[in-house]
Amino acid sequence: MSEIAKLSQKEIDELSDVALKIRQDILTMIHGAKSGHPGGALSIVDILIVLYSKCLKHDPKWNKSQNWENRDRFILAKGHASAALYAVLAESGYFEREELKTFRALHSRLQGHPSYGLLPGIEVSTGSLGQGLSMACGIALGLRLDKKDSHVFTILGDGEVQEGQVWEAAMTAAHYKLSNLTAIIDRNCLQIDGSTECIMSIGDISKKWAAFGWQVLEIYGHDYQEIYEALQKSRLIGNQNNAPVVIVANTVKGKGISFMENNASWHGKAPNDDEYNIAMCELRG
Amino acid sequence: MLADKVVKSSLRAAYGETLVELGHQNPNIVVLDADLSCSTQTQKFAKVFPERFFNIGIAEQDAMGVAAGLSTCGKIPFVSTFAMFATGRAWEQIRNSIAYPHFNVKIVATHGGVTVGEDGASHQALEDISIMRSIPNMTVIVPADSLETREVIKFAANYKGPVYVRIARSAIPEIFVENDYSFDFPKANILTEGMDVTIISNGETVHETLKCAKILANKGILAEVINVPVVKPLDEETIIKSAQKTGAVITVENHSIIGGIGSAVSECLSEKYPTILKRVGVKDQFGQSGKDTQLMDEYGLIAEKFVNDVIELIEKK
Repeated sequence: MSEIAKLSQKEIDELSDVALKIRQDILTMIHGAKSGHPGGALSIVDILIVLYSKCLKHDPKWNKSQNWENRDRFILAKGHASAALYAVLAESGYFEREELKTFRALHSRLQGHPSYGLLPGIEVSTGSLGQGLSMACGIALGLRLDKKDSHVFTILGDGEVQEGQVWEAAMTAAHYKLSNLTAIIDRNCLQIDGSTECIMSIGDISKKWAAFGWQVLEIYGHDYQEIYEALQKSRLIGNQNNAPVVIVANTVKGKGISFMENNASWHGKAPNDDEYNIAMCELRG
Repeated sequence: MLADKVVKSSLRAAYGETLVELGHQNPNIVVLDADLSCSTQTQKFAKVFPERFFNIGIAEQDAMGVAAGLSTCGKIPFVSTFAMFATGRAWEQIRNSIAYPHFNVKIVATHGGVTVGEDGASHQALEDISIMRSIPNMTVIVPADSLETREVIKFAANYKGPVYVRIARSAIPEIFVENDYSFDFPKANILTEGMDVTIISNGETVHETLKCAKILANKGILAEVINVPVVKPLDEETIIKSAQKTGAVITVENHSIIGGIGSAVSECLSEKYPTILKRVGVKDQFGQSGKDTQLMDEYGLIAEKFVNDVIELIEKK
């Protein structure tokens, strides 16, 4: 595994700064919209920023990019975490940060759940849980037909894997040996109604994916070094094993805001003015 | 000009053969099936282009999603299975993964209507046109014979956007004649002109409406028979003009009377040219096992049955 690079302390510090900004953006967007999904957006921030700044082959010029067809693809299967994706896309230069203020507003390109065709950086429409992995499989097949070496990444919620379609897609990915596909499970152990294990137990999620023929990596989803290594490894072991790869990322729902952390009630609720001010203070430290 | 003698041919075979033809012409054509490739005839394509054929197994929801993903890479996916499973099981995947983003996916479903036959109600889609028609961005087409099927499939391959095509299980009489037919989207075509009543249909009931027109002609009633393959977007102009001429409209379909071509025509006419109207179709009930011909009779979809509906309608004028 000598090809696996590590982050320098400087890079880790830079990522921490970006993460802070993204978390602030998420809170500001959801507070401004008076609706949205802070818990599951905050849990994927660290994964998203490592992906977009260190791993994904992409260009914010989007379809005006010369390398457009060779880009890696990212699908936010758990589309309700859209605030995190929009903030990261704005940070990456896909559109002006000013536009983040329109999140969830009438006629906005920043729809409640990602909508294809409006905003650069959005590959498909997601939001209805369970559908993203199938689309990711289709893209992986399409890229392979075209002999592209682009890679497909997707992030699913852990509650999302309760959808039967996820396992249909899991079979498809293994059957067609989609080594150009990496699925990341945001294992924050909470869904709207409570803990995943109380609502509909997911059990040993790593063993389940392994049994479906996937290569499995497990990480702590807020450790930049671990995230970076796993994302690189997933490309390698996919190719070595001729199989799709899943990264089970153990995360904290609401990560970064004390009163939101590990609290299912913050799945889909906007902070009021006081809560927002406290949260922003906490982030500033 | 219409065919003058009864020659039956398979719409499914026509579909499979057209896919192969398109596959030779366009390397971006890909085909997906859900373990029914022998029935849907997509196996014809699979044999010639195995690398562009994906059997997704008995997993229709995934099949729609995979097709959506393939379309984002510039592929033109044709997804096939029975109408029941394509539209019923995977309705929300079609809505959210395909139609909402306006992806270039073609859903070609076979085994629509009661003529599925012996398999019975669980496999007889009587609601598919209704539930596909209600999805924004979706185009809905029901071809009436094998030649029209070929033309519709070629059209779908060239059209940018989602298309639902419903083709019958049974071999049915050829209506159109080679070199004297072209599919002119989204136009309806008037098969026989008449003054007394308009009979509108599509799919495998079209040949029955032609038969009905002959029975009526013997009684001195001149029926205008219109084939409306494109349920959405509807060719309202042709329908309204005919309603203005005849003043009575009857619709006939191998589908529930709720939501299919009968509903589409009713919606159009009640808003734009209120006309007395009768919908012939399956009357808000499930089908059952039986031979296709028996079932067409049982549910009143044969000319000898609905000719009386036409006569009653005309009396109300």
